Amino acid sequence: MQFAPADIQAILLSAKVGVVATLVALPLGFLAAWLLAFGRFKGKLLLELLFNLPLTLPPVVVGYLLLLLLGSQGVLGKLLDTLGIKIIFTWKAAVIASVVVGFPLLVRSIRLAMEGIDLHLLQAARSLGAGRLDVIVTVILPLSRRGILAGSSLFFARSLGEFGATIIIAGNMPGVTQTLPLAIYDYASSPAGESTALLLCLVSVLFSMGILLLHELILQRKKGA
Amino acid sequence: MELKLQLRKQQGSFLLELELNVCGERIGIFGPSGSGKSTLVNLLAGLTRPDSGSILLNGQPLFDSSTGANVATEQRRIAMVFQRHALFPHLSVRKNLQYGYQRCPTKERRIDLAEVAELLEITDLMGQMPDTLSGGQSQRVALGRAILASPRLLLMDEPLSALDDDLRYRIIPYLNLVSERFKIPFVFISHSLVEMRLMADQVAVLEKGRLTGVVSPEQLARQRMGQSPAGYINLLEMGVPKERQGLLAFPWAGGELLLSGNAETESGLFELSSKDIILCKRHPDAISARNLLPCTVRSLFEAGSKIGVELDCKGGTLVAEIVPDAARELEVTVGSIIWAAIKASAFRRL
Repeated sequence: MQFAPADIQAILLSAKVGVVATLVALPLGFLAAWLLAFGRFKGKLLLELLFNLPLTLPPVVVGYLLLLLLGSQGVLGKLLDTLGIKIIFTWKAAVIASVVVGFPLLVRSIRLAMEGIDLHLLQAARSLGAGRLDVIVTVILPLSRRGILAGSSLFFARSLGEFGATIIIAGNMPGVTQTLPLAIYDYASSPAGESTALLLCLVSVLFSMGILLLHELILQRKKGA
Repeated sequence: MELKLQLRKQQGSFLLELELNVCGERIGIFGPSGSGKSTLVNLLAGLTRPDSGSILLNGQPLFDSSTGANVATEQRRIAMVFQRHALFPHLSVRKNLQYGYQRCPTKERRIDLAEVAELLEITDLMGQMPDTLSGGQSQRVALGRAILASPRLLLMDEPLSALDDDLRYRIIPYLNLVSERFKIPFVFISHSLVEMRLMADQVAVLEKGRLTGVVSPEQLARQRMGQSPAGYINLLEMGVPKERQGLLAFPWAGGELLLSGNAETESGLFELSSKDIILCKRHPDAISARNLLPCTVRSLFEAGSKIGVELDCKGGTLVAEIVPDAARELEVTVGSIIWAAIKASAFRRL
């Protein structure tokens, strides 16, 4: 049994979407985690709820809301249209779906690491002449690196499995926006595609297990440290 | 250093409201838990913003609610030392020491890393990570790190309370040494009367968010004698001992004191509680206490329900505490001669 070129493309696109989504989400997730861990401002609870919402909403709902936002009639969609940027039904939409759906996992992991930092370290750094940004770069970032790594691996794994939101805003076009889960869905829906679906499932399982193993190793190192 | 504070800060149901003017190089802030000591430190460092008032350090406003001035923590040049050292765990000792040094404006840098390391005896630790250091080493590195930032003021929040007794009193000379050598004044928090006497020139006493007074550490120790379970702690600097009849004879104030201990007991600072001194009107015929000193009563003072008796024992000073009935029976008056009996086991090496 061999993979068709479209299957290979689906695997590669999944990896590409996962990598790009992780790179896009990481700085945003770090900032969100920092705000939630150390920020004292009105509306913090609301922001926290907003960041965690995709964790409890069905991904299809997330996808639909994104479609309303980014579609040609949406607030952002109109703006992007005028700038000549097309997002919906491209691989970039799959990235956005992954970022939104996996964001709570990433933020939670980084935030937990940040909350474990002794506040006296931050106060000592400030009293020794470090400004807020300096403290973030020289103290908070290195001391939450394991949370960042663990969160990133979990986020990447979630991105590989993203289906509901992706199919709504990116569609399911082989070779264009069809990621691994979408390809499996296609094969599983057709009577002749059962064996290929199974093979792609195996690829998906191996991929996920590898990443989860990496995630566990990072957490183990954290415990051992 | 001249420090002028007029502050008001409400935190939940707790209100800190005080006015403090102090001039000196070694200022202690003394008070029980919940008196507002840590809040005051955070306000001084700029980590918490006062509701109103002003903070002036050597005439320069760090905060003034009337003008809106509020110098950021990193620009106040007030380096902090915490109870639990707060060394950056991901940086080596050298990098920890360099942290504040590198952030200090070049023209303001006046302290050399090698000199501080040598003074604090941490030169050999430079390549190590903080988690490999002992408590005393960590606190010395934290102190060095703060000093190297060439601060205008060293602010220490219970810097010794996480250390064992033995270690605590070994750190104090380092603190006094670096402060004096590099001319860096310090403000520190403690609820230990002994630490106040060993480290402070003046003590601001806080209670329930208010300043109850600025006194000398000696005055404070005498005021608190009646309330403290340990009484007044006499601090005795003693020379090299000689062994005598199974005890150690330490030279002290022109005479000597017999102490129980072993051959390893060194010269240095010892403490003796005022409760462990028995006063006798006349020389007793026989007594189990191994030290019997003829003393002159130098002064008497009241401390709660007790009477403190300051004694001059051949040039050395001791403070004993007695109840008013005992004072009447002994007929103690200033200038009278009295005998002080002290057991050899009553002394403790600091």
